[in-house]
Amino acid sequence: MSAPTTTERMTRLLALVPYLTARPQGVPLAEVARDFGVPERQLRRDLDLLWMCGLPGYGPGDLIDLAFEGDRVRVTFTAGMVRPLRLTTDEAVALVVALRTLLELPGLAERDAVSRALAKISAAAGHAGERVTPVALSVDAREQALAVVREGLERSRALHLHYYVPTRDERTERTVDPMRLLLVDGRWYLEAWCRRAEGVRLFRLDRVDDVAVLDEPAAPPPEAHSRDVESGLYQAQAGARVVRLRLARTARWVAEYYPVEDVREVDDPPGGLAVALRTDDLAWARRLVASLGGAATVDEPAELAAAVAADARAALARYSAAGQPAVGSGG
Amino acid sequence: MAAKRAERLVNLVIALLGTRQYVTAAKIRATVPGYEPDDGTERADEAFKRMFERDKAELREMGVPLETGRTSVFDTEDGYRIARADYELPEITLTGEEAAAVGLALRLWESAQLAGAAHSALVKLKAAGVDVDTARAIPLQPRLDSHEPAFEACYTAARDRRVLEFDYRRPDEDTPARRHVQPWGVVAWHGRWYLAGLDLDRQAPRVFRLSRVVGTPKVTGPAGAFEPPADLDLAAMVAGQDRGEEHLAVVRARPGSAIGLRRQATPLGPAEDGDDRLQLRTTDLGRLADQLAAYGPDVLVEAPAELRAAVVKRLTRLAAMA
Repeated sequence: MSAPTTTERMTRLLALVPYLTARPQGVPLAEVARDFGVPERQLRRDLDLLWMCGLPGYGPGDLIDLAFEGDRVRVTFTAGMVRPLRLTTDEAVALVVALRTLLELPGLAERDAVSRALAKISAAAGHAGERVTPVALSVDAREQALAVVREGLERSRALHLHYYVPTRDERTERTVDPMRLLLVDGRWYLEAWCRRAEGVRLFRLDRVDDVAVLDEPAAPPPEAHSRDVESGLYQAQAGARVVRLRLARTARWVAEYYPVEDVREVDDPPGGLAVALRTDDLAWARRLVASLGGAATVDEPAELAAAVAADARAALARYSAAGQPAVGSGG
Repeated sequence: MAAKRAERLVNLVIALLGTRQYVTAAKIRATVPGYEPDDGTERADEAFKRMFERDKAELREMGVPLETGRTSVFDTEDGYRIARADYELPEITLTGEEAAAVGLALRLWESAQLAGAAHSALVKLKAAGVDVDTARAIPLQPRLDSHEPAFEACYTAARDRRVLEFDYRRPDEDTPARRHVQPWGVVAWHGRWYLAGLDLDRQAPRVFRLSRVVGTPKVTGPAGAFEPPADLDLAAMVAGQDRGEEHLAVVRARPGSAIGLRRQATPLGPAEDGDDRLQLRTTDLGRLADQLAAYGPDVLVEAPAELRAAVVKRLTRLAAMA
């Protein structure tokens, strides 16, 4: 996490006393720390600081007063800090846009509740929420699959699904133990323990053809750990074979989407990028290169380049045989 | 931030909230602990002025409604105060379901600027007595954005209504072109971020893919320089751009092959050679050509000729690989 800013700390300091004012019976310190998203140590420093603040005069009756009882804290004198600061434009935007997005996602939250919350937040945002919101979000909501998967997660039940695997161009049937839903780059994924593969897998919901909630409970085994998708959905396979590609400008997205190493700018092709990928699945690599239609060339291994070229030649032969021109214009 | 500064700022806010009258800088200096006391020297005055200016800037940055004015006609200089009605977050009560919706919604943000804003919004709501539970609800790990480097500059410019200047490169171009835009808003569409606004050089609304922006966009001119159209629908602007002319294509696929293609195709029945004929719809022939070329000899394009030529072009490039 980046270093806390002045504004971040000030927001917290101005919100702490109102927070405690709204909870006159007191709150366990650990809970306050959790609600404010800071370690307890930092919270204590903040409370110590607030204890030294108050109304001009700064005598015993002017200073903010807190009572520490066991592991709880409550406020006994607020010095006038009873309500938090109003929402800034950014805060209003973050709330309003997020709630509007939720409205577009059926099956995640009760629609009426979202609408009402949106109305109340907009009203509370007042000035900050009045102008045209400069952000819009449109999310792919595969209604059917999403609702069924959500039910499986909520009821902790196993799921049976038909799933299309693009790397092998086949439709598979599996029973899985759902773990969580992910929304990454506008697409929905179900992370689940796949009993067939005996491993944690990510299933893209738009590749799920049929899904049903089973009666049996979801039981991901102890070795089922959620994957960290911070650095991307595809995980580097350490120790796998190295595939070296040269990406033309239009294919540079590959370097951002997949975990690549040895990234170098090159002049051939112009504005190009040389990258290395690790995979033992050459069929996958072949499909990737083929789908780039020449925008990526293979430096290594030679057998990959040969396989791609052979496939392409066989396809071109079909076009010639069909009496259609097989020689394309100079690309 | 140094504890001293934090203390001083908190005391400043409390002092200005607690007064109906405007308080002069001199009075603030004498009352609020932490300011350089007046010892008659110019050095002390300068030090105080600098510190006070920075403090005022910080409060304004936070959105604290700092008012300047005079309490009575007899006052010789401006003073400061904070009107409680403008400062305070209005009363807000949410039901359990509504609070759950807010909690879930706030977890949708991950982009640096708005994730911070989402977090501080949450802190303020809790401080207002609203119990927003971010732990409940289904296990959901959302990430709404794809860490676009140009996002922050474009969002801020749209928020402040300032004209934006940036270099933009289409994938088929070698050199970027300088664009001048009135930014109306940023839009996420099918997982990609776009800037929608008025292209000042073409005097027409345009949509720009953030991933094609080169370098950091720069703002020019003052804030509030324009008003977006009142009936603006950002998502519709981007969707309209996306929706090109729809083409109908017919291809043949060897039996048992091209499963992925069949999921999006309408079967037309068998061809004379035993292959399956399929009909596909697309608004992007280039993308479809990429997809079809990847199936190699398993798939043959019948029509349209444009698509066939595009696939053959790709296959020719691929065949030259070895």
